[in-house]
Amino acid sequence: MKNLREVAQVIRSKNSSPMKLTLDIIFKDQEVFEEVRRRDLLTPEVVAGAYRIPPEEIEKILYFEPARAVKIGMRRRVRSGSPGDSDVYGAQQHAPLLTLELDL
Amino acid sequence: MAREYKILSPTAILGYGFPESSFLKGLEEGPDLIAVDAGSTDPGPYYLGSGKPFTDRVGVKSDLRAMLTHGVRRGIPVVIGTAGGSGARPHLEWCRALVEEIAREENLTFRLGLAYADVDAEVVLAGLHSGKVQALDGLEDPTEEQVRSCPHIVAQMGNEPLQALAREGAQVILAGRCYDPACFAALPIMAGYDAALATHLGKILECAAIAATPGSGSDSVLGILREDSFELRALSPERRFTPQSTAAHTLYEKSDPSHLPGPGGSLDLTDVTFTDLGEGRVEVRGTRFVPTPRYAIKLEAARPVGFRTLSIAGIRDPILIGSIQKVAGQVKARVDQLLSREAVQGRVFFHMYGLNGVMGDLERADTGTGHELGLVMEVLAPTQEQANTICSLTRSTFLHYGYEGRIATAGNLAFPFSPSDVPMGPAYEFCLYHLMEVADPEAFFTREIVTIDGAGVTPGKEVRS
Repeated sequence: MKNLREVAQVIRSKNSSPMKLTLDIIFKDQEVFEEVRRRDLLTPEVVAGAYRIPPEEIEKILYFEPARAVKIGMRRRVRSGSPGDSDVYGAQQHAPLLTLELDL
Repeated sequence: MAREYKILSPTAILGYGFPESSFLKGLEEGPDLIAVDAGSTDPGPYYLGSGKPFTDRVGVKSDLRAMLTHGVRRGIPVVIGTAGGSGARPHLEWCRALVEEIAREENLTFRLGLAYADVDAEVVLAGLHSGKVQALDGLEDPTEEQVRSCPHIVAQMGNEPLQALAREGAQVILAGRCYDPACFAALPIMAGYDAALATHLGKILECAAIAATPGSGSDSVLGILREDSFELRALSPERRFTPQSTAAHTLYEKSDPSHLPGPGGSLDLTDVTFTDLGEGRVEVRGTRFVPTPRYAIKLEAARPVGFRTLSIAGIRDPILIGSIQKVAGQVKARVDQLLSREAVQGRVFFHMYGLNGVMGDLERADTGTGHELGLVMEVLAPTQEQANTICSLTRSTFLHYGYEGRIATAGNLAFPFSPSDVPMGPAYEFCLYHLMEVADPEAFFTREIVTIDGAGVTPGKEVRS
């Protein structure tokens, strides 16, 4: 098992719209990126597990080869900037990924 | 020699600033265009709803002064996208006033083109009825009343209105809400360059040096468009573009890195290659544009949802911190009880920093609380007076609440400020984030051309003899 922080160069979150968050993981090595993709190690279940939310809230997981990156789409629970929102830009919602363990 | 088109992007958002040295280095390259994106929905619904900019006047004027003086004097077109931050009429007028001030102060004369992005509520309602307006990302459709309550409704224009202004002789173009890449791509596409490459280049240039490494939101970069590729160059010695930094940027703020939707179609990045040219330069090839069957543009609007008042306090007592969620619930219940007697409506939210202030419901950390806790009391009510009333009541109730096990009986909260409560004015919520089909993407947007004659107007500065 390896912690995602050991193999990732960038782990971040941001709004992709006022209703959606996008999480990016950029891997350090091409081999690790390919292994994660080939063995499908980042499933909605795995990501949802880190956030302890139902897997249905993880709406998509996409791989982008040129950047050795995985992109995860999830919905925001409160629209950006609406009453009660806690993170207008969505830039600090990535922390649960930092402790994710992958079977590498 | 094969032709090329050079675009100077001074900074990621107009007003964020840039080092003069990199901007001047970019000018030495003889750019065909100076363009900057001035807006974003990132800062939330308030700015579009209120008609106010999220950038500061001094910063925006300083950036504009450099762009206008060098651009106009050298005959380089200057294009500003999403003027004033959100690109509605008051934002555009705010930016236009700064342009006019600079023209007077610097004695500049030029033709200024303005493209307005405002859309009438009735047009949106007709579109919602006929199905020509469709929600994005699962947003529910607003009611008729909600649409009419939006102070400003804007649509993201594509290249067409900017190209029309350029054809009509505008040397400086201020666009209202605009698809981010359009301010970079409209003119080169008009000059015959590939639309997919120009738009993809615009996608990168709109963030200026953020796509370089080390990234920066306040430094200039140069994009060079060629027949079948484009090149990116950093203009500061400490920065460079790498295939990795450029590819990684393609992900930024996007829901799908390979398919980037915009007015009239999507960029398809499936077969894009990023090649290192050395010396911090990267070449990009292979971008395709896939038009949609019907031309659609994105609508944005924020509706008023009441008025907000805040109060900020810290908590250091470990007994209170240990039972903070229970106590917060009890305080809310007590406030509700008092309010029901006075028939004052409103909602109270507690943001508890040190517990779950950043992630709210998503927080699952089980590391326990720290030795101190930050509390932001947020109140939303139909009027500012009611919001102030509820905030005052919530603050005083929390301050003196006799929770179970309390031994510090003088007060529960440490206020950093007097006054403790901050009236925040109106609050807004995004209520349109929809696609709308348009028949004519040029004529849909109102445009105007005016002559700015800096010499013909008395300078704003006082002169003493």
